[in-house]
Amino acid sequence: MFNEDKIKDISKGREGWEDKFNKTLAKTSEKEERFSTVSDMEIKSLYTPVDIRDSDFQGEVGFPGEYPFTRGVQPSMYRGRTWTMRMFAGFGSAKDTNERYHYLLSQGQTGLSVAFHMPTLMGYDSDSPVALGEVGKCGVAIDTLRDMEILFDGIPLDKVTTSMTINPPAAILLAMYIAVAEKQGVDKKKIGGTIQNDMLKEFIAQKTFMCPPRPSVRIIVDTIEYCIQEVPRWNTISISGYHIREAGSTAVQELAFTLADGIGYVEAAVERGLDVDSFAPRLSFFFNAHIDFFEEVAKYRAARRIWARVMKERFKAQDPRSWLLRFHTQTAGCSLTAQQPYNNVVRTAFEALAAVLGGTQSLHTNSLDEVLALPSEESVTIALRTQQIIAEETGVVNAIDPLGGSYFVETLTNKMETEAMAYINKIDEMGGIIAAIEKGYPQNEIAKAAYHYQQQIDSQEKTVVGVNKYEMEEDISVDTLKLSPDLEEKQIAATREVKKNRDNDRVKACLDKVRDACKGSDNVMPHILDAVKEYASLQEICDVFREVFGVYRDPGMF
Amino acid sequence: MDSEGKIRILIAKPGLDGHDRGAKIIARGLRDAGFEVIYTGLHQTPEQIVNAAVQEDVDAVGLSSLAGAHDHLFPRILKLMEEKGASDIVVFSGGIIPDEDIPWLMEAGIKAVFHPGTKIEEAVNWVKDNVKPRG
Repeated sequence: MFNEDKIKDISKGREGWEDKFNKTLAKTSEKEERFSTVSDMEIKSLYTPVDIRDSDFQGEVGFPGEYPFTRGVQPSMYRGRTWTMRMFAGFGSAKDTNERYHYLLSQGQTGLSVAFHMPTLMGYDSDSPVALGEVGKCGVAIDTLRDMEILFDGIPLDKVTTSMTINPPAAILLAMYIAVAEKQGVDKKKIGGTIQNDMLKEFIAQKTFMCPPRPSVRIIVDTIEYCIQEVPRWNTISISGYHIREAGSTAVQELAFTLADGIGYVEAAVERGLDVDSFAPRLSFFFNAHIDFFEEVAKYRAARRIWARVMKERFKAQDPRSWLLRFHTQTAGCSLTAQQPYNNVVRTAFEALAAVLGGTQSLHTNSLDEVLALPSEESVTIALRTQQIIAEETGVVNAIDPLGGSYFVETLTNKMETEAMAYINKIDEMGGIIAAIEKGYPQNEIAKAAYHYQQQIDSQEKTVVGVNKYEMEEDISVDTLKLSPDLEEKQIAATREVKKNRDNDRVKACLDKVRDACKGSDNVMPHILDAVKEYASLQEICDVFREVFGVYRDPGMF
Repeated sequence: MDSEGKIRILIAKPGLDGHDRGAKIIARGLRDAGFEVIYTGLHQTPEQIVNAAVQEDVDAVGLSSLAGAHDHLFPRILKLMEEKGASDIVVFSGGIIPDEDIPWLMEAGIKAVFHPGTKIEEAVNWVKDNVKPRG
C-alpha cells in the first residue's frame, strides 16, 4: 500500500519512537506482561503502515459492495438502509409469544425472530414424557400447525420477515410457516425469512442434535434444493458461529469452524448436482459479538473476505451474490454476568457497536436480565433502544467501514484470515468438516479454549467486572418474567385435542410418504408440507427421521 | 493417590438442555485435580444418570442444568437413587438455578449449588472436603 522508500522512513521513525517508549517504560513498567485479546491473541503496542506493507488496497481492502467485500456487502451500507433490528423472542404458549411480537412490531422492530422451547428444538411434542418440566421454558412450544397459526395470528407474512432458530426439525417448521402463509393467502414465493438449519454447528457446539451428521446434512440439502424453486426469498441456512463462541471458542475458532461448516454445506449441495449459483446467494451467516471490540470488527471483515475468496476461487461461483457473506449478529450471552446485572446494558452496547462497525445486516441485542431468566418487556425495550441510539444518535453510520484503513484493524483482519485459513486447511486435510466432527476435532479445540479462558479468569489474568474484580455485596434482584404455572398442562391438553380431532388416517398416509422419501432419494420437503397441513405433529415427523436415520449420541468428550 | 483409592465422580447433564461448557470445564478441572471423572454426555434421562452412577460405582454425582428443568429433574434423580439404595452418593449441582430454588433443593438432598462465575478451584475444594470414598 506504500512504496518501499516510504516504508523505510516509517520503519526508522518507528524505531525512534520505540526508544522513547522503552525509556518511559524503564520508569513505569507496562501494566501487563503481555497484552492480549479476550481470545488470548497477542496485541502489539503500536501499529503503523509497516504492518500492512504487503497488503494490496484493491485486492484486500477495496470498496464496499466490491470483491472481496472486506468493507461491506453493499455499496451504500447504512447510508442506504440501517441493519434489521431483530430481537429474538419466544416463551410460554404461542399466544403469549404472539402478544410479544405485536408489541415489538409496534415499538419499531422490523423483523421477527422465534425462540422455540427445548422439546421443539429437539423434535419432541409437549405431551412426550421427555418434555416434562421443559414446556415453554426457554421459548415457545410448537407441536402442530395449530400452534403456528396462533403464533403468527394477525401478522402479515408478506410484510414481515421471520427468522426461526431451529435445527434438527428445521424443514418441518419451514413447512408449517409456508402452510400458515398459504392460509393467509400469501404465496410461498413471496415469503421471506431464515431457518437456522445448521446442524454441523450443533454437533460442534450447541448440541441440539437428533440424527447423525450425514443424514442431517442430507435433509438440509433437501431444503436448499426445494427452496431454489419454491421459496426463492428464503435464507435456507444461517451458518452459525454464535454457539461455537458461546461454547467457549476463540474468535479465530468461531470464524474458522463457521466457514468450514459453510464449505461443508456447499460441497454437499454441489455433490447433489445443484449449481452453486442457484443456492449460494441464499446462504446466510450468524456471528457472535463478544466484548473485545477490535477483535470482533476484524473478525467480521475477515469473514467476508475469506468467504468471497472461497466461493469465487474454490467453488467457481460466477454470480457476485454467491460471494457475499451476509450475516446476523447477536451480542454475547456468555459475556453477561449475573452479578451487578445493570452492567450488562453497557457490555451489550459496546458489543452491538462492534457488530455495526463490522457491517452486520441484522442484530439482536441481549437484555440485561437474560443471564438470570427470560427477559422482561422493560429490559427487551432497553436492548432495542440501544440499537436505535447507535443507529440514530451516535453518527457511526455516517461513513462506511469507518475503521477500514486503521493500521491496527487491517493488521488484525489479516491475522484473523491467516489463522482461520490454517484451521480450514487442517480440516480439509482431515477429509472435510464432517470427518473432523466425527473425530471430535473442533469440539476438543473449543473445550480446550474454554478451559484456558476459565483459568485466566480464576487467576485474574483476565478481568470480568463484578465477577473477579470490583465485586460488591448485593442482593441480585431484577424483575424477571414469570411463566404461568399451568402452562405445561394447557399446552399438553391443546396438543392432544388437535391429535384427536384431525383425520388420523390421512396423517398416517402422509407420514408413510415422508418415511419413503427418507429411505429413498426423493426430496422430503413436499411430503413434510403435506403432513403438517394434515396437522401431523413435529414429533411424529421427527420420529420418522429417527426411525430411518438413527439417533446421534453425544460422545461426551471433555 | 493410587487409582484404587481414587474418588470417582460422575458429571451428568440431565434433560434436553445442551449447554455443556460448564459441565466440561468442571469435569476437566476435577480430572486435573486427580479425581477419576466420568462424563455422561448430553441429554440423559434421570434413569440413565442413576444407572450410570450405580454401575460406575461413583462417590459423587455433579448435575448441570441451565435451561430451567432442574426443578423437575433433580428431585427425580434423588428419588431414583434412594430407590436403588444409593443415597450415600453425594449429589452437587451447578448452572442457572435461581436463588429461590436453593433451599428446597438442599432440603431434597442436593449438597451444594454452584452459580455461574464459580472458580474451578472452589468447586474442586468443595469436592475434596465433602466427598469421601463410599464404603
